[in-house]
Amino acid sequence: MRGRGRDVILVVYAHPHHTRSIAQRGLLEGIAGLPTVTVHRLYDRYPDFDIDVTAEQALLAKARLVVWQHPIYWYSPPALLKQWFEVVLMHGWAYGEGGTALAGTDCLWVTTTGAPEDGYTDNGLHAHPFESFVPVVKQTAQFCRMRWLDPVVVHGAHRISAPDLARHAAAYRTRLVDWIEARG
Amino acid sequence: MAEEGSLLRDALVYLGAAVVCVPLAKRLGLGSVLGYLLAGCAIGPWGIGLVKDTVSTLHFAEFGVVLMLFLIGLELEVKRLVQMRGPVFGGGGLQMVACSVPLAAGLLLLGLSWQGALAAGLAMAMSSTAIAVQTMTERNLMGAPAGKSGFAVLLFQDIAAIPVIALVPLLGVAAAGGDSGWMQAGKALAAIAGVIVIGRFLVQPLMRLIARADVREIFTAFALLLVIGIAQFVSLAGLSMGLGAFLAGVLLASSEYRHALEADIAPFKGLLLGLFFIAVGMSVDFGLVLSQPMLLVLLVAGLLGIKALALALIAPRLDVAPRERWLFAALLAQGGEFAFVVFGVAKQAQVLSVEWEGLLTAAVAISMAGTPLMLIAFDRLTARNAQVQREADAIDGHGTEVIMAGFGRYGQIISRLLLGHDYRITVLEHDPDQIDLIRRFGFKVYYGDATRLDLLEAAGAAHAKLLVVAIDDVDDSLALVDLARHQFPHLRIVARARNVRHWLELTDRGIEAAERETFESALRSGRAALEALGIAPFEAREVADSFRRRNLATLRGMLPHFRDEQKFIAVAKSGARELEENLRRDREARGQAKGSRGWQ
Repeated sequence: MRGRGRDVILVVYAHPHHTRSIAQRGLLEGIAGLPTVTVHRLYDRYPDFDIDVTAEQALLAKARLVVWQHPIYWYSPPALLKQWFEVVLMHGWAYGEGGTALAGTDCLWVTTTGAPEDGYTDNGLHAHPFESFVPVVKQTAQFCRMRWLDPVVVHGAHRISAPDLARHAAAYRTRLVDWIEARG
Repeated sequence: MAEEGSLLRDALVYLGAAVVCVPLAKRLGLGSVLGYLLAGCAIGPWGIGLVKDTVSTLHFAEFGVVLMLFLIGLELEVKRLVQMRGPVFGGGGLQMVACSVPLAAGLLLLGLSWQGALAAGLAMAMSSTAIAVQTMTERNLMGAPAGKSGFAVLLFQDIAAIPVIALVPLLGVAAAGGDSGWMQAGKALAAIAGVIVIGRFLVQPLMRLIARADVREIFTAFALLLVIGIAQFVSLAGLSMGLGAFLAGVLLASSEYRHALEADIAPFKGLLLGLFFIAVGMSVDFGLVLSQPMLLVLLVAGLLGIKALALALIAPRLDVAPRERWLFAALLAQGGEFAFVVFGVAKQAQVLSVEWEGLLTAAVAISMAGTPLMLIAFDRLTARNAQVQREADAIDGHGTEVIMAGFGRYGQIISRLLLGHDYRITVLEHDPDQIDLIRRFGFKVYYGDATRLDLLEAAGAAHAKLLVVAIDDVDDSLALVDLARHQFPHLRIVARARNVRHWLELTDRGIEAAERETFESALRSGRAALEALGIAPFEAREVADSFRRRNLATLRGMLPHFRDEQKFIAVAKSGARELEENLRRDREARGQAKGSRGWQ
């Protein structure tokens, strides 16, 4: 039985410059104060990338919803979260034989892109719709037999207006509140 | 007033002679002891005659030996003394017998009475703790097998000197002071009992009282008073002052004031011991030397020859390695300061005639002066042998992949990283305190100076892959790097730099992996400081990374100039300015990025 009640939502947050961020910080402030939510800032905890695998796995094992929140850099998660995938989601723990630690855990992807959404079309700046970049993260979760929830994606984060950001932050908060009421 | 004037004048002469002669002697590779002795010869009545009254100086300076024995005692708790009883009593006893019997026999042949020969033989069998310990410390030998056995032997002599000095009057035909020999021995035993009582029950509470007063110089004064007091007390009973002091030291070794006492007494010991060597140099009676030159030469040669031979013969029994047995012999072959005391007592008790006492004293003094020369001869001999033994030594270090020079705090961390990967490490270390620790980790250990070619070879440098230079001393470190690059060019070198100049010296020699010992930890602390002020950890890391990068670039810019003092300072100054300027620009660049483009 996983622990109920405390720390059931784990937000794994990866932003190398949180203090200079606008959109990601706004989203994170949007979910502040929710019960049973732990925000785990990877870049604060591991500025040297020396990830404590045992501690990370212990945190994950307690969670019933894992949120991966980060900006998109070069169509991927930031380097530290990628490193985190590589060392924490171990064979025999997260996948493969006996790797059932995350099986059945919910997974919510919360991400932002710098450029506006119209760059993500076949003829746009990025030459692919945004959906083309989702499978990498989605399949990471599903390979660990996590339950993939509908992601939260905010486009155009470089120049987002304050009211737009507030709206996205509120929607994000509602997603978590709904999840807590339904399952927490 | 005249007294005061002459005291200051004497001090001027002694200090001046020491300051001139000792550094000179060390420069020439003769060691500080020979420097002092030469200084004494130079200023004594037979040199330029600046000091006439050598006897009272020697008497005063013997106090240096007293302080030294007190310090040696301080280092030896009763418990450790009991632990060392095997080498001390077994080895030391063997040495006394093996040396004193042939010496006494020789003296008997020269026409001494049996009592005189016995007393003088015992006296000359003892070695000079002052010279031997000083030399062993100077050569980092205190932890080596020859040094350990040597020290055990010296310790036994210190102990054996008690009964010898106390019992010599018993051999006398007429005790001078009126006391009978037995009476004197009784007084000696009573005095020792007195010292034990004082040391055990009186001194510790008194010291606690004085320490509480918290006036540092009074504690120093008390420490000196204690040693002088005990020395005077036991000398009243006809014992050597040094033995009383040694005993007091042992009794205080387990007290909480041990280190404070050590620190307070050590400088006095150093100066007075120097004065003692000067006085020995002065007291060499060149008049006597000239009146009976052949007999004196015979005595000195006999003393050194017989003792060295006997010591070399018994060395295997004392766990001294075969190749160190002559070093062991050279260290201990000289006569010692106890001999002067025994000769004095024997003369007083009419066991020795005045002429013999003078001759033997001169012989012992010359043998003491000869010790550094014998060691130099030993070095020359082994240097030649090292060439021959090269192959045999290399086998000892066979299979070694890494040679660690220096196993202090720095080297230990490096070696633990390597051990985790099962690399075979050979450690070269000259600090005996580290030895137990090294052994516990299961390393191959070679004692001694890593800058010696023979030692490097013995450690397996010819086949090792890596040399880690983690020693404290900058000069030694550079000497080792030079030696390794010259003799073993295949060795990769990882080096610890003590400071910027050391780093420059190492990098200039082509060492890529030179690391300033405080630099990375200071950057860590800088990051912690930024974090404490609210900067995010990852950003603090970026600032430190950027600092490192630019700092190294500045240092590399200094490489062509750093031997030119003027230019070096100029480049260093502009480098420091440039670094801060760059950091400021970095910060501004980050600020602008936020303003213009924004961040997700």
